[in-house]
Amino acid sequence: MKHDTIKASLSFKNYRSDYANDWCAGCGDHGILRALQKALADLGLARDQTAVFGGIGCSGKTPYYLNTCGIHTLHGRVLSFAAGAKLANPALNVIAVGGDGDGLSIGGGHFVNSGRRNLDMLYIMFNNGVYGLTKGQPAPTLRIGERTKSMAHSNIQGYVNPVALALVSGYTWIGRGYAYDVPALSVLISAAMRHPGMAFLDVLQPCPKYNDLHTKDWYAGKLYSLQEDGYQALISADTDVAMIQQVYNQAMARAQECEERIAVGVFLHDVSRPDFQTQLQAMQSAYGDSTPCRQPVTDANGRSMVDISPLLEELKVR
Amino acid sequence: MNQDPDNLAWRIGGPQGGGINRIARLFARACASLGAEVICRREYHSNIMGRHSYNDVLMASSPLSCHRESTDVLVSFDAETLCRHAQSVTASGMILYSDHDADIQLDQLPYLDERLRDHISARLSSKRLPPSTQGLLQMVGQRGVTAIGVPYQRLLSEIGEELGLPKKRVSATLNMLAVAISAALLKMSEPQLLNAMETTFVDKAEIIRMNRQVVVNAYQYVLEHLEQPSVSMPSNRSSGRRLLLNATQSVALGKLAAGMGFQSYYPISPATDESTYLEAHAEIRLTNGDAVGPLVLQVEDELAAINMASGAALTGARCATATSGPGFSLMAEGLGWAGMNEVPLVVTLYQRGGPSTGMPTRTDQADLLFALHAGHGEFPRIVLASGDVASCFNDAAQAFDYAERYQMPVIHMLDKALTSTLQTVPVFQMPNRRIERGELGAAHAQGIERFALTPSGLSPRPLLGQVAGQHWSTGVEHSEQGQVTEDPVLRERMMEKRAQKLALAAAEIPLSEQFEVLGDERAAFTVFTWGSNKGAVLDAIRRLSTAGIRARLVQLRLLWPFPTEAVRQLLETAAPSVIIECSYSAQLDLLFQQQIGAGCDHQVVKYSGRPISGEALVAALQSIQAGEAESRIVLRNPYE
Repeated sequence: MKHDTIKASLSFKNYRSDYANDWCAGCGDHGILRALQKALADLGLARDQTAVFGGIGCSGKTPYYLNTCGIHTLHGRVLSFAAGAKLANPALNVIAVGGDGDGLSIGGGHFVNSGRRNLDMLYIMFNNGVYGLTKGQPAPTLRIGERTKSMAHSNIQGYVNPVALALVSGYTWIGRGYAYDVPALSVLISAAMRHPGMAFLDVLQPCPKYNDLHTKDWYAGKLYSLQEDGYQALISADTDVAMIQQVYNQAMARAQECEERIAVGVFLHDVSRPDFQTQLQAMQSAYGDSTPCRQPVTDANGRSMVDISPLLEELKVR
Repeated sequence: MNQDPDNLAWRIGGPQGGGINRIARLFARACASLGAEVICRREYHSNIMGRHSYNDVLMASSPLSCHRESTDVLVSFDAETLCRHAQSVTASGMILYSDHDADIQLDQLPYLDERLRDHISARLSSKRLPPSTQGLLQMVGQRGVTAIGVPYQRLLSEIGEELGLPKKRVSATLNMLAVAISAALLKMSEPQLLNAMETTFVDKAEIIRMNRQVVVNAYQYVLEHLEQPSVSMPSNRSSGRRLLLNATQSVALGKLAAGMGFQSYYPISPATDESTYLEAHAEIRLTNGDAVGPLVLQVEDELAAINMASGAALTGARCATATSGPGFSLMAEGLGWAGMNEVPLVVTLYQRGGPSTGMPTRTDQADLLFALHAGHGEFPRIVLASGDVASCFNDAAQAFDYAERYQMPVIHMLDKALTSTLQTVPVFQMPNRRIERGELGAAHAQGIERFALTPSGLSPRPLLGQVAGQHWSTGVEHSEQGQVTEDPVLRERMMEKRAQKLALAAAEIPLSEQFEVLGDERAAFTVFTWGSNKGAVLDAIRRLSTAGIRARLVQLRLLWPFPTEAVRQLLETAAPSVIIECSYSAQLDLLFQQQIGAGCDHQVVKYSGRPISGEALVAALQSIQAGEAESRIVLRNPYE
């Protein structure tokens, strides 16, 4: 998030749209939505300068319930649409949201490559272990051998740990939250938005309808805060190589805890690496002043303003 | 086969990765510098090193529209080139080959297709000649072709000695040596060749120094050892300022001229060249001196490519992606999202041989119906196709105008043959028309309805990041506000609104932008085609006119919305009518039948992955005109 964003003085209620919400009662999505609304208000983000992109599935409907620009995209492709908008208009505050199936299965390629790109935006994964909207098939976050109530057989495919995958993919801010702890989640969203690079927030959430294994009761007593545990996530420009290695090793170890103890909080906060647009501007200096959405196209008479004559000169027969 | 009186065809062939393409461009540039008009064809394998590739440079004193399948000069670096091309050399033509290749057995050539080896062996056997390059050279010699075995290795050793460099170092100049020898034989002026060489290798002083010596020695060798051949360069000179470029460059320049702000792409043959040219030339100036530049970005796959471009277009930037068949297949879902959300998006589609991986570096026009229908459900799109290198410039620019005016995806189709055609064309002028930006950022108050129902079907287009422009977009069927609806009546209205925009485009786009009638406009003999066949048909019509046969060409540019009524009228006055297409099923004819209820009398198709030439087409058209042809003619050439 850039610091020059137009500030708006709004309460979290101003970020609610009046579109009727059709999520199930008790769904973790409600908590994530509330946390998002609170974070947007806390950050004072202008609604017309904030774009929330959704994938496909229950979580993908989030943009309709937010009173910001909202774009409901395609299954697995939410990060591509969001990245396009951010690249074309870097002043925009961009948030992508989607489910664990959307981001790790059908959209797995974009998940990895978005980490590589390190664009200044936030991706929130609604992680409930199942495909809810299609009635409970296993998502790639469901462990091998597990069987939720609508599955015909136990899961025989292994699982992907989203935080671990984000770590090796290059995301520079990585956090995990819990959908039913709205205050803590909203703090994590704000922190992720303030990070000048690609942030990934894994949000654990029960699906009361289809995931009868990872319920509110299952999570009870397992979650602990990394930061309260003294965990150090920061990598700054002067962090030495050994320390960087230690942070990554620790983050990987903590990410893997997923049975008796589950860590929430900030796993990685790496401000040592330039974000994509900083690198882009270094390579292509005109990008800074003439971002794609601001590139002049016509003069007052509606004619092209581009001078291609130097390029024609190169191609001329001499 | 004899040399065409008004042009000269020169061909160079050898293993891929050996700089054949670069040296052919150098030779073409030298010919153009001398005042010749040139058109160059490039054929290559999907391979980095070793497989056969060749380039043709056809030169004339007046503008050319099409390559030739025969050649007057063949410059060969290996025995495989002799096998593939010796029989395409015209009777008065010549072959320059390496003396090392004078007697190579055909079964020693690992990359020579078995089918072609058997074909040549059988021909040699029928003439009681051995299955070797020696037999082959004897066979073409019987037709009058002059074959000259050049001692390239000895000449390279001499050049090395004169430069004080080891032979291994100077062996990289083999291409230049061969070109210089053929240039000297064709009486090309030595300074012009040197000039083209120095332009090609600018900033590479060591290569220029070596090549200078190569040129001097080559001209000396020709003077001392070889007789002047009967083929010669066209003598008249073109005047006027010209460009030498290919279709990918032409498209790229059109996009820049149109003010494109963003292009995302994934590497794929033969589309990549456009994006890499744009990346290398992305920093440009406005007429007021300000530096600008589109963001051209390589992304992880074609799904990301089209969807990023859509996302970027929501901010108001003029956006595009460029791809080929397999990539376009992956883009189908994203195309539908752009259609549903009325996103102005340009997809440049460079067709190649399909299906599946197909023939990545060969040409095809079999994606016509796919481009018209790609994506599930029904949504409007505009499909236009360019017919030649020069028109790609304006077409690429105007695609953005159509996209923004009608708020829908525009598919701009080319094919591999056009992509790799390098040609002299008059210097481009900036399009002399107002750029159309449609309802972009339309003035509005709070409560904007992005998908407002209007008589034209066009709605206001607020942008992401526009002050007070907050709005929703969605791939789900939606209300005027862009929120989900499954209401049957609203669904109907939205379907009708989107369809209405296509009707508007069909009504507004002038006929002159829908198709061209070329050749003899009053002739009844009518050839319908689209894409790069334009040049072949024009060449064939020119050849027919010398035989007293008059014909006209209807070159379709706008393929969707289809110019149904206008084409119906042309078809009704056509006798006979012919469809020309590089595909198996003549998809344009299928489209005629769908739209008009009638197809053409004849279909001339080619689906070997190689382009149609005027030289081959003229015979087919003559037989059609004489009433002797079958309804379906397949053009074939076993040596291409």
